[in-house]
Amino acid sequence: MVEAQFRFRSDEPVADPAVTVDSFGEQTNAAAVRLEPGDDARDLLPFVDRLKLVEVNFPAFTDGRGYSAARILREAGYEGELRAVGAVFVDQLGVLRRSGFDSFAPDQAIDPTDAEAVFNRWPEVYQATGDGRQPIWAKRAQGNISNESNG
Amino acid sequence: MYKYDSYDQAMVDTRVEEFRDQVRRRLDGTLAEENFRPLRLQNGLYLQLHAYMLRVAVPYGTLNSAQMRMLGDIADKYDRGYGHFTTRQNIQYNWIKLDETPDILADLAKVEMHAIQTSGNCIRNISSDQYAGAAADELIDPRPYAELLRQWSSFHPEFLHLPRKFKIAVIASATDRAAMRLHDIGIEIVKNDAGEIGAAFYVGGGMGRTPMIAPLIREFVPLDQLITYSEACLRVYNRHGRRDNKYKARIKILVHEMGKDEYTRQVEEEFAHLLNQGIEPPLAELERIKAHFVDPAYEAGASDDLDRSDPDFALWVDRNCHAHKQAGYVIATVSLKPVGGIPGDASADQIRLMADLAKEYSFDELRVTHAQNIVFPHVRKADLYALWQKLAAADLATANLDLIGDIIACPGLDYCSLANARSIPLAQKLSERFVDKQEEIGELKLKISGCINACGHHHAGHIGILGVDRKGTENYQLLLGGCEGADTSLGKITGPGFDENGIVDAVEKATEVYLAKREDGERFLDTYRRIGVDPFKEAIYG
Repeated sequence: MVEAQFRFRSDEPVADPAVTVDSFGEQTNAAAVRLEPGDDARDLLPFVDRLKLVEVNFPAFTDGRGYSAARILREAGYEGELRAVGAVFVDQLGVLRRSGFDSFAPDQAIDPTDAEAVFNRWPEVYQATGDGRQPIWAKRAQGNISNESNG
Repeated sequence: MYKYDSYDQAMVDTRVEEFRDQVRRRLDGTLAEENFRPLRLQNGLYLQLHAYMLRVAVPYGTLNSAQMRMLGDIADKYDRGYGHFTTRQNIQYNWIKLDETPDILADLAKVEMHAIQTSGNCIRNISSDQYAGAAADELIDPRPYAELLRQWSSFHPEFLHLPRKFKIAVIASATDRAAMRLHDIGIEIVKNDAGEIGAAFYVGGGMGRTPMIAPLIREFVPLDQLITYSEACLRVYNRHGRRDNKYKARIKILVHEMGKDEYTRQVEEEFAHLLNQGIEPPLAELERIKAHFVDPAYEAGASDDLDRSDPDFALWVDRNCHAHKQAGYVIATVSLKPVGGIPGDASADQIRLMADLAKEYSFDELRVTHAQNIVFPHVRKADLYALWQKLAAADLATANLDLIGDIIACPGLDYCSLANARSIPLAQKLSERFVDKQEEIGELKLKISGCINACGHHHAGHIGILGVDRKGTENYQLLLGGCEGADTSLGKITGPGFDENGIVDAVEKATEVYLAKREDGERFLDTYRRIGVDPFKEAIYG
């Protein structure tokens, strides 16, 4: 198991090692699994209730398949820990969080001050991604528009 | 046109601060170039042959005079006094300093502009019909749908690291002026048999080294499912698009290899799933956006009379003006292709002048076209002569729209680190060669790319030219028969390539074949389609 540097959960981290998707199917009691970019996150959907940790590996930070994997799991109701591991850099933390990740285990430790700035940077968001944030269009629909910009 | 509310403004302001922080970390060495590169690209910043290049977004090609004025001021303040309008309706500056870029973005944000996602492997600036909201032949103004898609695609967390770049065009006229089917997603706003407005989705088109015309994958997506359907198209691509070879990573390859039917099946399955995820903005949001695109206050009963006694003016009217939906008005295009000039370039003074003229004569609105020209969308016929005189005084009244001199050309080897050959000097030579013959030849779309990436749209040119590197020397291949628009087709290479002078001669021979063979009313393309490539080959190589 890879230790998370940032974690947005209050439950205890799972101690089990994360197994591959292939061996996961055979280990009926495994609670932690590791997804590689080529794996299909939907193979895990029958098990979302028993899973406690899904590690999504980013071998390169430019390989964006893990973002879709994260959203697919959350959309299916997965509530366990979703951890981004591998080539995870500070400038990706915000969008990873928006895609459903709630813990981060970067290969290279990230400066905590920089990370905090990134996690708190965007006051508003344009899309509904299931991360609990209300998109701008929903706020507008509620009439919370402060109308014209100051620009 | 669309005006930001405080939310939109907060988004661009935040982006400026984010990029300022990233540039700071790049300059102090804590952010490596390898990691900075995708970040700067998603802010439109390329490292070119001689300097950084900044590409600024002009969403769906529409801008107001304050924005245009700012583009001129940026050219003066941060560049060498000019800018280059691009084939995706944007503008780029070629001599930018990295440490000044955050300040440029801050200046842009003051006029509700940005450089968000104008490059990188993400959803790019949405393009559209340059005559949107003004053309007599459109079903409805397509720009509100483009704006809805702009907001959805900006900073979309799932789609910032796609296999490759992703371009979307939205049109609402059967006369396709945006090369819609040569986009990763082409959306045509249509009316169904029940009289409802919706969207037809064409997916998997593109130019580049493997040009493909996008197939229709769905005839009608209801307007309250537009975002959800787009998201389904993108998700299937993000998950299954090839990442092993960047030359096979565009969605056109996925749709081709997977097959249109299987791709469509997966999109429909994903779509059915996403419909339950609450990701679609309510129709009220579309209505809110639409309210920004109401018609300007046209003068009722404006006269359709035009004094054509000045022959130069009459020529320009016939060449560069287009029918407007409102009586008494026209759409006027400024050609940025003066004889011997650099296609798409405009000086800071010319940009500011066009801003002033748009304010005076076109309800404060301008458009950038994918053919690298500028449009005044709503000009009263009574004002047209005055507008033309002021344009002519600034060398902006070249009467060559859609003629052979109205060349699309990429920046080529003069600027671009990907290019194999120069495009600009060739375009200059061609425009000089045909200056006296172009009116006789009539409509002929000539497009030049300096490499196989096809930024100059050579596949879609009636005559296309592709610059290649042949054993260390620049070589130009000739293509004939390409076309964008409702009858999209891809050009075919005629045979062996030429040097710079040879290709100019070859183009001239092709036009001579056309002039000799054309029948009444035929354009170059029509004659080519009727008689085929052989007579052209014979004249060129025979």
